[in-house]
Amino acid sequence: MTINAASFRELRLDRLSRDFGSHNALKDVSLTIGKGEFIALLGPSGCGKSTTLNLIAGLLPATGGGIWLDDKRIDPLRPEERGFGMVFQNYALFPHMSVNRNIGFGLKMRGVPKAEIDRRVAEAAALVRLQGQTEKLPGQLSGGQQQRVAIARAIVVEPPLVLMDEPLSNLDAKLRLEMRAEIRRIHNTLGATTIYVTHDQEEALSLADRIVVLRDGVVRQVGTPEDLFSRPDHLDVAEFMGFRNKVKGKVANAADGRATVAVGDAQIAGRTRTEVTAGAGAWLAIRPEDLQPVAAGQPGLDAQVVSTEFRGREFVGFARMADGTDLSFLAHDKLSPGEAVTLAADPDRVLVYGAAA
Amino acid sequence: MTTVAPSIPLKQRLAARGLDGLTLLVVPAILFVLLLFIYPFLYGLFLSFEPKAGGVFANYQRFFSDSFLYGTIATTLWLALPVTIVTLALAIPIAFRVRLMRNQRLLTTILVIPITLGTVLVAEGLLNYLGPQGWFNRTLMTLGIISSPVKLLHNYWGVMLSLVITGFPFTFLLTLSYLSGIDPALENAGATLGAGPWERFKHILFPLLLPGLAITFCLSFVQAFSVFPSAVLLGAPAGPTRVISIAAYQAAFEEYDYSMASAVAMIMAVVQLAIVVAVLAARGLLYRGPAGGGKG
Repeated sequence: MTINAASFRELRLDRLSRDFGSHNALKDVSLTIGKGEFIALLGPSGCGKSTTLNLIAGLLPATGGGIWLDDKRIDPLRPEERGFGMVFQNYALFPHMSVNRNIGFGLKMRGVPKAEIDRRVAEAAALVRLQGQTEKLPGQLSGGQQQRVAIARAIVVEPPLVLMDEPLSNLDAKLRLEMRAEIRRIHNTLGATTIYVTHDQEEALSLADRIVVLRDGVVRQVGTPEDLFSRPDHLDVAEFMGFRNKVKGKVANAADGRATVAVGDAQIAGRTRTEVTAGAGAWLAIRPEDLQPVAAGQPGLDAQVVSTEFRGREFVGFARMADGTDLSFLAHDKLSPGEAVTLAADPDRVLVYGAAA
Repeated sequence: MTTVAPSIPLKQRLAARGLDGLTLLVVPAILFVLLLFIYPFLYGLFLSFEPKAGGVFANYQRFFSDSFLYGTIATTLWLALPVTIVTLALAIPIAFRVRLMRNQRLLTTILVIPITLGTVLVAEGLLNYLGPQGWFNRTLMTLGIISSPVKLLHNYWGVMLSLVITGFPFTFLLTLSYLSGIDPALENAGATLGAGPWERFKHILFPLLLPGLAITFCLSFVQAFSVFPSAVLLGAPAGPTRVISIAAYQAAFEEYDYSMASAVAMIMAVVQLAIVVAVLAARGLLYRGPAGGGKG
């Protein structure tokens, strides 16, 4: 089974908007998705990622902009005319139909002959490893199996585009990892263009070819997982990508993509991600695992330990700076609350963002 | 070495079967049902076997040998079944539309008003509205659609219309609540798989709604079957709308034969029960699980 939607080269969102009353759920989102790509729409809840997916699927009408499949404008089409496969967050399996009939539903609607439906349903069931379960009703299956049915049902019609709306969020941690690998395997097998909505950056990083980070209905950054992970364009994207420590300071000097920022008495060096000028305010963004205690007197951020948590191989420490900023860091030993620490990070792994003041 | 496992106290075992102090709260309800339903029912049942004259089954023999009496079964069914089907046929599309509306409350209130008015008020209203000089006939005559008034009162149609009007709100509300119980994601899933509105109704919504419709059918049918006021006020109680409750009324309050009236009531119950059991048995063949799309 292969996806061969010959006519389709790219899907283009052109300044797509959606308002709910006075609330703009999505503002002028433009994006081009190439054939065969695996795109993750990533963002916190309420960022507009599910809205984007529903607009592409046709389940919600857009209030501005357009959606184009090559030269064809598809946003006036109803969902049943678009022919995209969709996997829903709660699977949305038809509870009164057997697994076979669920998977075959899309083919039946397309008027595919019975014998071919049977053959393709069997193929799809084999692809998602559901052989032997196909006469059961969805209610008799486990969550992971239901998820497989939902995926098989969406891909059996060989849609040009597969849309997935947080498909793993209802599964437990172990199954989530398993199904993640499964989704990647199916994508590699079929090569179907996939748009995958998630709020879990780990999921997005491991699955996607490209990640689109949304926030408050606006695209903040589009890039490969590596790009986003090490070079986030904005402070909020950095925070979302695991740069959980945010420290406010004042730029001492800046040149050639590097800057030194004064935080209290300390001078912290880092890579600049946005335009910064000496004398202006700036934010430092540092991952907890890059921030470690150093000997007293060495350059670093001075803070007081609040607590430490044992995490198996190491400890995660929580500390508070004199100005009230909270820091999390990596510790190799248990530290007692109230202890003074100096925390420092490799300048290559510290990001500097310009700030208003 | 053998030791006997300590036995679990009786109180705990009863509690595991759902019998504890809280169960006592059911007692008033049981007493209520016993005194006001079971006792009168059994009293009536025994009374029906103690006829004024003749053997134990004399009442039943009389009922089934007199076409004026046994004919009422067909008359009542001929009213109750079409009324139930018509109200359902009206309620389904309206419920489908109302379900999608953002401001359901106003329309639902308007649709439900007839239930609060009561059968008699609706019957009085229809007497004026559908009469030869009523708005209905005058409008049609003014428009030139008819030349002489349509006779809609004191016959089958008057009773039928009033039963549809008073029965509709109940049927509609039940249908709407069953319909709202179906996960909207299922319809969306159907749409993304290429099913148009009619196919989504046929393959997804209707099959999931059907078990609920069967219950709605039974309840609406039982209501319509026990019709009395509108059959008297709007119908022809001596002829085409001489329903079974009229036969029971006449036996009790015109012939003062309570035993015969009880027998008619028992026959009425059996007919209703037969239809309800048939519908529920058919429902047993349907899918009756949750109408949700997954483990949600």
